[in-house]
Parts: sequence; structure tokens; C-alpha cells
Amino acid sequence: MTPVITVENLAKRYGDLEAVADVSFEVNPGEIFGLLGPNGAGKTTTVECVQGLRHPDAGRVSVLGLDPQTQPRQLRTRIGSQLQESSLPHRMRVAEALALFSSFHPEGPPWRTVMEQWGLTEKARASFGSLSGGQRQRLLVALALVNDPQVVFLDEMTTGLDPVARRATWDLVERIRAAGTTVVLVTHFMDEAMRLCDRIAVVDHGTVVAAGAPADLVTTHTDGVTVTFSVPGDPATLVTALAAVTGVHQVDIDEQRLVVHGEPAVVAQVGKVLVDHGLAPDDMAVHRPSLEDVYLRLVSDEES
Amino acid sequence: MRGVGTMTRTELSLFLREPVTVIFTLALPLMVLYILNGVFGSDSAGGGEGDFVVYRGFPAADWYTPAYVALAVAGFALIALPAHMVEYRETGVLRRFQASGVPRGAVLASQTIVALLVSTVGAALLLGAALLFAGASSPADAAVFAAAYTLGAVAITMIGLLLGTLLPTTRSAQAVGLLLWFVVLFLSGSGPPPEVLPDGLRTIGDWLPLTPVVRLLQEPWLTGEWLARESLVVVGVAAVSGAVAWFAYRWE
Repeated sequence: MTPVITVENLAKRYGDLEAVADVSFEVNPGEIFGLLGPNGAGKTTTVECVQGLRHPDAGRVSVLGLDPQTQPRQLRTRIGSQLQESSLPHRMRVAEALALFSSFHPEGPPWRTVMEQWGLTEKARASFGSLSGGQRQRLLVALALVNDPQVVFLDEMTTGLDPVARRATWDLVERIRAAGTTVVLVTHFMDEAMRLCDRIAVVDHGTVVAAGAPADLVTTHTDGVTVTFSVPGDPATLVTALAAVTGVHQVDIDEQRLVVHGEPAVVAQVGKVLVDHGLAPDDMAVHRPSLEDVYLRLVSDEES
Repeated sequence: MRGVGTMTRTELSLFLREPVTVIFTLALPLMVLYILNGVFGSDSAGGGEGDFVVYRGFPAADWYTPAYVALAVAGFALIALPAHMVEYRETGVLRRFQASGVPRGAVLASQTIVALLVSTVGAALLLGAALLFAGASSPADAAVFAAAYTLGAVAITMIGLLLGTLLPTTRSAQAVGLLLWFVVLFLSGSGPPPEVLPDGLRTIGDWLPLTPVVRLLQEPWLTGEWLARESLVVVGVAAVSGAVAWFAYRWE
């Protein structure tokens, strides 16, 4: 499978600020690829270089077999973009915006079709300034699709949206992919990356610190599950039995509570030990590491 | 060029949705006409009253009317246009265009066409008012005047594009635009007759890029002549401003 996007050792600095130090990744056709990282990690600069909106200082970028630096025109007809920190004139109407952007891409579908597809027809005469955050994102997504692109770049599209609008926006992203379009999603929200992305590159301080499918990242970069519960009497009496369970790495006593660390499969075995001892703690809790744990482990917390 | 027509129509609609800008742009030259006409009068201001002849002996209304045409163009091209372009850059509209494959030529062309259309409406209103109510006589040679207008309006619009490209913030664009407009008014021949300006200010006025535009407009109105030297300067101003605006163009 030929990658849609190949980025090798990308670097970009603004004066003294090293925005991107060394970023490499590949995006496969039809997937939703996420660039996840804290604010200022270099995600936006990376996708802007990939789209040919900025000139990288070093590295190689190829998008759909094109070089964004030397072939920006050809590239723009085949990619769509919803940019962070971009806007439309507030008095511009929805239909006007779609007609305007599509006039530069006669190869794309009729703009009225796009407007209908994305549920904007009843808002056709509404001005951009009067739209809600979710409606604006819907319009910006529709504008990114007027040229029927093969790859769409979505940068921080749910920042500032309320939970309902966020979920509606996630549905938009999945609809784009369902139509066969490759999606590159830039986000600093873990739940968004977990829910939408097939593969993720975690970016911090201008470098990729981990990459892979969200579930694989969790397995690789965390130590399995933690089971906690309290027992009547002396918890120490159970430690030997629990430590003997295959897959248990460690058993700790935290006052009246037992904390068992181990492989994901130990949960049932720990339960069996408890049942065998005639115990049924009602506060038993299982913590499965999430992408958030991976993220917090990988991303240095200089900002906080 | 692909998309220029749609972009021009959209920009024109957006302009018409800003009533304050529309009124300001169209009413400003009319106001100046009304006030200055009241101050200087529409009678002949030729020799005899003082020690020197002002307006080269022509009636004030005839002297001013073509000069105000430059003000009418400048009212949009130097004040509204640069501020509009800078605002587009500041708020990310231009980035949005760039990412969607809009060529810079489409942005610059649509801004130019809108400026010329709006300026021409403003100039037509002004000429109508001057001829009907301010006692101006019709131009000595209307065709030459129309040619001078076309060239002059393009040159002023190119200066506006240049300002829109170079100025960093909307506020600075508004300030510089207004300042230039007043400079045109006072020093380039649209306001006090050059004869009454002190030598220093006259010299400054002679070197301002808009002074030849005003002269180029006045001459065919007053005498029907085409000023060859001024027209070359105006072509130069237009070409240099337009070229710099093109090459210095920034999306953000």
C-alpha cells in the first residue's frame, strides 16, 4: 500500500523557536491519521508544511506523489483544508462561501450538492457571523470538500465547541472517511484521537515521541491494569494468594485496600481468588490505562 | 481567470452589506464638494481681487470638480480598500483562501475591480452634483477626461493595493489611508489652490504621487489637453505600486 503522505525528518524554525525539530510519519489511504500533542508541540506547523503553506527548513514531504513546495497548485486541487485560525468575512453567507470556493475548483461537485450533503441548505442565507460554532465547523468542512479532495486536513476543529457540537463534528469526520477520503486530524484532545483515529503520532517539542494504533500505544507504553479493593480484616493475608496469580506483577497494600498491578487478563483471576476466599468487595475498581496515560507519560509537562 | 467573477460579485455584495462604508465612500466627496464650494464659491475666482491669480484663472467649480474626482476614488481606494485587505489578512480570511487554492491574482484582481466600480459610481455622483448644483461647466474634452479618469483611478487603486499589502494592522491601514486622503485634499490640488500654498508645501505637493493624477484629471476638464508628462508619471506610479503589491503580497 503506497502511503498518501510521507514525511521524513521535517524541521522548521521561526527565528529562535524550533517549532518542528524532527518529524517523520506516513499516512495510508483511507485512514484517519491523528497528530496528537500539547499546544505548541509543532502539530500545526507540521500540517502546514505538508500542505505547502509553509516552507520547511529540512526534510522531505510527499503528498499524493507531489512535492508541496514545488507543486502547490496541483496539490491544492487534490487536498482539502480546514485551517486553525482562519476565518470567513462575517457578512459572507453560507451559499456565497460555497459558491465562491467552488468557483476555483470546477472539477469538484456542484456546490449546491455539497451544501445539501452537509445539511447547510436551510442555512444558505445565514451569514458566517451568525452561525454557531458547530455550524461554522460544518461549513468549513464543506468548504474543504468542494474540490472533492483525496486528503483532508482538519486542525483543532472541536476546540471551543460544546459537547453536543463536538460529537456532531466527530460524526462529520467519520462521514468524510466513509466517503473514501483520507483524513489528517490535528488535535490535543485524547478522547477525540481515541474515538476517531486509526493511527496516531504523538508529537511533543517538535518530535514524534510515539506512533501507532491507539490501542497498541496503550499496550506498549503502559503497564497493564490496576485492580483495587478493600477487604475486611488484615489485607496482608491475601497478598501471597494474589501474587501467585499468573500475570500479576505487584501487589501493594494501601491501608485497608489492596492494589494489584498486572496484565489485562488478571482481572478475572483476581476475582476468582476473592470468591475462593469468600470475599465480594463492593468497591472493587479496575483501572485500564487509556491513551491519556500514554500521553501523560510521553509528553513532558513543562507547560502546566 | 477562474473564480475572479464570482469573487468580485461576492466582494461587491459584502461591500453593499456595510451601509456605513457605502455611505462614507459615496457621501464623502459630495460633502467636500458642498463645503469647499461654499467656502470658495462658484464664481470666477480669477485675477483682480488679490495680488495673484488663483485656479490659473478658471472658475473655482471647474477647477475643483475634476480634482474632487480624485478624492472620490481615493475615498474608497486609499481608505476602505487597504483596511479591508489588512483585515482579511489579520482575521485569517486570506489564509483560508490560500489553503483552498485561491490564486493571489484572483484576490488582487477582484479588489481592483470592486474599487474601480465603486469609485466610478462615487465619481459619477460627484460629477452629477457638481454639474447640476455647484455650477461647474462640462469638461472641455469629455473623452480625454474619461481616459484620464481611467488611468488615474487605476493608479490610485494600485496605491491602495500596495498599502493593503504592506501595512501590518487594520488600524494602521485606516490611519495611513485617511492621512493620504487628506494629503490629496490639501496638497495635491484638490483643496487650496496651489498658488496660495507656501513654497515648502507646494514642493511637497509636487512630489506626491497623487498630484500628477489630479493634474491629469484637471487639464482635459479645463482645456481639453492630455498631459503627456503627467500621464507617464501616473503610469509609472500605477506600474510600480501594482508590481510591488503583487510581489510583496502576503497571505498572513
